[in-house]
This record gives sequence, C-alpha cells and structure tokens, in this order.
Amino acid sequence: MASPGKVRARGGLGSNKARQAFAGWIFIAPVVVLLGLFLFVPVLMAAWVSVSDWTGRGSPFSSDVGFVGAENYSRILFGGGLDTQDFGTAIRNNFYYVLLVVPLQTALSLFLAVLVSKRILRGRGFFRTAFYFPSVTSSVAITVLWLFLFNATGVINKILSWVSIDGPNWFADPRGVLHIVFGVLGVDTAPSALAGSEFLGISWWEWLAGPSVAMSAFIMMAIFTTSGTFMLLFIAALQNIGPEIHEAAMIDQANAWQRFWHVTLPMLRPTLFTVLTLGLIGTWQVFDQIYTGTRGGPAKTTLTPAYLSFNAAFNQQDWGEGAAIAFLLFAIIVFFTLVQRWVLRDRDKVSTRGRRARAVAVEGER
Amino acid sequence: MSTTMREATRPDAAVATSTAPGRRSRFVASGGPTYLLLVVLALIYILPFLIQISTSFKTEPEAAVNPIGLIPENWTTAAYERLFRFSDYVQWGTNSIIVTTVVTAGRVFFDSLAGYALARIPFRGRGVVFALLIAVMAVPGVVLLIPKFLVINQLGIYDSYTGMIVPLLADAAGVFIMKNFFESIPVSVEEQARIDGAGTFRIFWSIVLPMAAPAVMTIVILSFQGSWNELNHFIVATQDPDLTVLTKGVAQLASGQLSQGTQYPLKLAAAVLMTIPVAVVFFVFQKRIMNASAGALKE
Repeated sequence: MASPGKVRARGGLGSNKARQAFAGWIFIAPVVVLLGLFLFVPVLMAAWVSVSDWTGRGSPFSSDVGFVGAENYSRILFGGGLDTQDFGTAIRNNFYYVLLVVPLQTALSLFLAVLVSKRILRGRGFFRTAFYFPSVTSSVAITVLWLFLFNATGVINKILSWVSIDGPNWFADPRGVLHIVFGVLGVDTAPSALAGSEFLGISWWEWLAGPSVAMSAFIMMAIFTTSGTFMLLFIAALQNIGPEIHEAAMIDQANAWQRFWHVTLPMLRPTLFTVLTLGLIGTWQVFDQIYTGTRGGPAKTTLTPAYLSFNAAFNQQDWGEGAAIAFLLFAIIVFFTLVQRWVLRDRDKVSTRGRRARAVAVEGER
Repeated sequence: MSTTMREATRPDAAVATSTAPGRRSRFVASGGPTYLLLVVLALIYILPFLIQISTSFKTEPEAAVNPIGLIPENWTTAAYERLFRFSDYVQWGTNSIIVTTVVTAGRVFFDSLAGYALARIPFRGRGVVFALLIAVMAVPGVVLLIPKFLVINQLGIYDSYTGMIVPLLADAAGVFIMKNFFESIPVSVEEQARIDGAGTFRIFWSIVLPMAAPAVMTIVILSFQGSWNELNHFIVATQDPDLTVLTKGVAQLASGQLSQGTQYPLKLAAAVLMTIPVAVVFFVFQKRIMNASAGALKE
C-alpha cells in the first residue's frame, strides 16, 4: 500500500506533494462526507434520541424534548411490562433463528461447495448457478414466494400430504417447535419451576418454546437464500488448496471422508471463520422477511429485535424506545461476534494439538 | 489400519482406486451418486422459481387447488393485466429504475475516486480514512434504520428522490473493490503521464479509469443488485405513495395492506416481474458476479 507513495515521493517537489495531498482529499471527500452524514452523524443523533422522550414531532433537538437518562433502556430490560416482554420475546425468537440458521447454512454451503468442486464434473456451471440464483433475488420477492409455498394449501403441505402428513398452516402457527416435541413426550403445561421464574419478562417455559412453526419457515428460507453466497466463498477457498495436497493424502491411503475431515477442513478454517461471522452478524438482523411476511405475528413469534425497534419508532411513535432497542441489538451483535471469535480461536489451538497428536499416533501405527 | 481397509470399499473411495470391477462401481466411479445428489439438490433450488412463474399464470382457484402443477390448466395472463392496470405498479417500477440508475452511476464515480485516492495518492490522513471505512463496514445495517430516518428528516429530504438516493451513495465496500483494483495496475503508466504534465484528475479520468473497466463493471453490477433489492432504506426515507419503489410496494402488497384475499397469482406475478431485471443481469454477467461476490465478501 505504501509502495506507490514512496515511488512518487522520490521525484516529488514540496509544492507537488501539497497539490497531491489536496487532490487526495478532494477525491476522497465525497465518500467521507456521505459516510459521515449518513452513518456517523445519524448514530450520534440516535444515541441522543435513545435517552430522550422524543415523540417524532418536530426536531429531536428542540427544547421541549426532554432528557430521560437510561429510562428507555431500563424500561426495556428491567421494566417487566409489555416493553420488556416484547423485547424478551424478540430476543428469544431471533436467538433460535440464529442458533439454527448459522450452523445449517454453513454446513449446507460447505457441502454444496465440495460437491461442485469435484475435479471431474460435467455441468458444474449449471449447478453453481442453480445454487447461487436465490441469493441475487430480493428478500421481498423470495418472501412472497415463501408465503405461497408454505400457505395452508400450498406446495409444501401438498408434498407432505403425499406421505400422509397433515402439514400445519405455517405462517399462522405460533406453536413453538420444542413445545410441540415436549407435548409429544407428554409435557403439555409448564412445570412449576419453569413457569414461576422469568427472564426479560417471559417465563423460562416460554424461553424453551423453540422457534415457532412460522419462524421455522423463515429459518428454511434463510438457509435457502444464503447458502449460495457462502458456497462461493468455500469454492474460492477450495480452489486455493490445490490437488497435490489431496494426492499426497491419497497416497497415504486416506479415504474421502478422512481427507475431508483431516486435510480439507483444517485448511478451510479461515473461510469457515468468515462464513460463521458473516452468518452471525446477518442472522441477528432479520427485518425484510418479517416486514414483508408476518409483521411479527402470529402471537409475536416472528417478532425480531430489528422489527421491534422499527415498529416502536415508526408505528408507535416511541422513538426513544426504538432507538434504545437498536443500540441493544448492536451490543448483542458485537457481543456474540466477540464470543464466537473467542470460542473458535480457543478451539483452534486445541484441535491443532489434537491433530498433531493424531498424526503422531498414525505415524506410530505404521 | 483395519478401518481404512473396510472403508476403502465404500463408494467414494472407489473413485480414488477405480480398480473395483462391476457395474455398480462403474456407476460409482463415474460420479453417479454425486450427480444424483446434485440433480436432486438443484431441483430443490430451481423448482420454487418454476412454480412461482407457473402460478403467476394460473387462476386464483387453480393456484389454491393445484399449487404444484408446473403447467397451468387454464393459462391466463389475468394477474399481469391486473398488475399493469393497477397503475401503482408501473409507478413503483419507474421509481426503482430512477433510483437504481442514479445510485449506480453515483457509486461508480465516488467509489472509483475514493479508491484511487486510497490506492495511489499519498496524503496525510489516508490511514485514518482507511481505518474508518473498515469500521463503517462493520456497522450492521438494520441498526441504522432509525438513525438514518433522523438525519434524513433533519436535512429536510424526507419523501424526496434526494433522500432516497443520496444516502445510498455511501458505499464502503465498493471503495475497497476499486482500491484493490487500482493497486494492481502498474504505476509506470501514470508516471509517464505525470512527466508529460497531466494533473491528478486528468490522469485518473482519462488513463486509469478506462483501465479499470472490469472493476467498474463489478461496481455497476453490485450497485444495481444492491439498490434494486434495497428495502429498509426506502421504508424509512419515504411514505409518499408516489415515491414507493418495487420492493416496498410488493412488500405492502404481500402483507395485505393493499389487497383482500390471498391473490397468490397477482402477488407472485409482482415478484416475478421485479426479479426479471436482476435475473437478466445475473445470467449475462454470471461469472463476474460470482467472482465479485466472493471477493467483496472476503474483504
């Protein structure tokens, strides 16, 4: 990055340098101004709104807007009322969404990448295109399609009926998947230990509900639309590995699975990390689908923090609360990204050691 | 090593050895199971779109009774006719085209200017700007919904094309793509022009930018897709029905604010039409798009 600068500095006179610096700032100014105006300043404004009682009328900086301190935040987190309940519900819904989408989309995209990266494969381009296409269509169009596929008499239920399964009315079904499983196991009502105590305004029994049937349909949609994008990242990484490593492993009589698990996967670690991080950041921001599809229903089981924040501000005119939820969501994303970084880095060391131990063991066996 | 021996008879291992006789293993060795799996998966990915297209040509009762059929029994373009008679849809499309065109052109210009400055022009504060751009890319988009509205409102550009377009021109990822490309161009070309007395902008505009055509094309494609598919910015920047773009309009259509009943053929037709431009761009520039998205995401 520094090299071109150095090259020119050699022949540059003082005035020439100054002119260049001026040109540099002129060149970069539009982007800096735009980002400052529509990213940095807005965040500062929202920070003020999140500690104010602004109702959306007039300017948030006029004198009749009051400072309320951390009241918005504490009402959401500890108030125990409807605001807390909604926030807790949204966090729960989104948490299950993240918990299922991130591992599944990562596994599926890696699987697709491995399949289409086989060295001898006719029609490779066709398959890549097929898997990637959902990623280029807008979330709105895909949601419309999903609403149709998963409606009560839709395609999915039709297919399920072929194997004599009576499909649910997906987007209108608020039952939690885990609650359904508990029901099958004979636990229909909350055990008193779980019903009594609560966290963020909802009981532990509610926390254990799992994603609702409606949310499950969104989960499948997310996996469907994002697997293609991440597949491309894995394909690029697989191409960098090169065939000679696999040939070496083959000479060592490793079978396909061993080659994948002990050779390919460790080498994909940086990409895996990228995909997991992007997945985690993306899945905490569920908004478009909810806005287009369910608006948080049925029974608030597809409510997400992003939609809740939007709804509080734009529909209920409680701007302080909306902004506060947005900042809490930001904190959650930062927190989980850091946690994931920490977990993966830690395990990396362990598994390197484990791998070396295994390699030694294999050597010994020979 | 006994496990290895046992596993060597498994199908995928046969590909490697390819000495095993018999018809089954020939099927296996030719990648048969992989193909079968790929075809099934590809069907799962493609069928929903085929069903979408065919349903948009069905009548409403048929869409409810026979949702899967790929060939409509009573072929009808009623959904599309209603969509076009319902003049709002045309208005949404026009707005989408206006916004997408201006945003794409603007991004190409500003991204390449900034990318060139970061790659080539030594100036004080370059490192800081670079670090800030990275920081900006890390801010999650939906967190900015309310903040963006606040500033758009404060600037008095709410419910205007300006408010719809200008905030979308800020595009840190595009700046990085351009910067990376400019760094790959040899400096010698510019040196010569500089000796000949050309100014910085002149060098950028008539020498370097034409050489960056592939990267510019990447920005065009990514900006087109990005702004065509953008939803939440338009939700917070406008409420005037005349300024509704396709994503916002179809989203409202889907959630039933503008219609009664299920109307699946109509909704799916609306979704099909809004997908056509991105689909065409995708199929024309497939290779570049797939490379670009992988590259942009890796940043």
